[in-house]
Amino acid sequence: MKIRVKVNGRWYESDVEPRTLLAYWLREDLKLTGTHIGCDTTSCGACTVLLDGKAVKSCTVLAVQANGREVMTVEGLERNGQLHPLQSAFWECHALQCGYCTPGMLMASYALLQENPNPTEEEIREGLSGNICRCTGYMNIVKAVQTAARKMSGESQEALEEVAANGASAD
Amino acid sequence: MFPNAFEYEAPTSLDDAIRLIREHGYDAKVLAGGQSLLPMMKLRIAAPAVLIDINGIDELKGWREVDGTLRIGAMTRHAELEHARELADSFPLLSRTARWIADPLIRNRGTIGGSLAHADPGADWGAAMLAAGARIEARGPEGSRLIPVDEFFVDTFATSLNEDELVVAVHIDKPTGPVAARYMKLERKAGDFAIAALGVQVELDSNGRVAKAGIGMCACGPIPLRATKAEAALIGQPLTDETIKTVSRLVPEDADPTDDLRGSAEYKRDLLRVFASRALHEIAEELKGKVGGQ
Repeated sequence: MKIRVKVNGRWYESDVEPRTLLAYWLREDLKLTGTHIGCDTTSCGACTVLLDGKAVKSCTVLAVQANGREVMTVEGLERNGQLHPLQSAFWECHALQCGYCTPGMLMASYALLQENPNPTEEEIREGLSGNICRCTGYMNIVKAVQTAARKMSGESQEALEEVAANGASAD
Repeated sequence: MFPNAFEYEAPTSLDDAIRLIREHGYDAKVLAGGQSLLPMMKLRIAAPAVLIDINGIDELKGWREVDGTLRIGAMTRHAELEHARELADSFPLLSRTARWIADPLIRNRGTIGGSLAHADPGADWGAAMLAAGARIEARGPEGSRLIPVDEFFVDTFATSLNEDELVVAVHIDKPTGPVAARYMKLERKAGDFAIAALGVQVELDSNGRVAKAGIGMCACGPIPLRATKAEAALIGQPLTDETIKTVSRLVPEDADPTDDLRGSAEYKRDLLRVFASRALHEIAEELKGKVGGQ
């Protein structure tokens, strides 16, 4: 079956078997191997991507169900060689040990901060409750999301101030 | 892991969906949110020859209130009900139950209609819908019918839907008096199915006595069960400590739990009693001052 999906801002066309799962299509057809497959049974969240802006487990969505829709994977976070504030916060806070769960953690955190830019620790823990870190490094993951939330609100504040002062973009 | 090969159909109208269901019968499965069906297909527990994806049918999405009844489209996702602030006052069980289902990622896909039709006794909506006194709207080639939730669940993974019928909506009457509800659940780990869970909804009359009571039990039998004796003992009573104590002890009498890896039957019965007591105390507190002259 022919599908057309917008992934990280770019349209891709593909001919897939209906039984192909979105995670496998991203990894094997598009070679976007940032999306990991962990448990493959809808438990661990390593395969989390955004489908039309909502965080979903891509091992439990068919690729044909993404037809005509928009997908964002972990590869879509970085902009022009610059890490997303969430990625740099994960780096700074040492929010990964083996790194296997990290793409899913980043995407679930991204979705959480889109809906709730200033979450409490409890809200972060609830928001990430569908993502398992087998190294059990949750403390630093929560810290990283808090740091990223501050960065994102702080940066936009700085950008606003700079625009106000100079009338120029904050880059 | 990947499922057996299947033929994929994605109808965009209800009529087309029902025609396909009739045409393919037991060879077909309907794909709603897919958060139970797709894992079962990957594990090859389910291997339908035809998959009818109803995600593209707009008339199954969202909710509206008509003549004092809320009609929730079958494809409404758990997360939508969890965050529907406008429903919180009159239909408190919706958000209070939705937030307990699996995890936020699964709630972005899973649907109320899909969950009910799947009829897993460990699913949360069954108990909640019993407590809310819901009716399930089923559509077949001959038209629609409303099935009281008490007649909907037949056995584990089995409902009273006919082979050619589709769940299209859930109907819940808007309470006329002060109403409050709780959904209580204990899980082994975040996002798991319940060890046991309990949905309680109470509506008071103008004298502060219980006019309507609904108590549904999850994961405590082959289907979601109603705590009939406890409900009967609540009717006409004020929510005093004494009433709550008596009623809570009656709740496990209608339960039928089994020993399993989540806990012993005895433990689950006691959980139900504790949940009923906590839920009713919280409801009594919430409803204080909401009745004229109280």
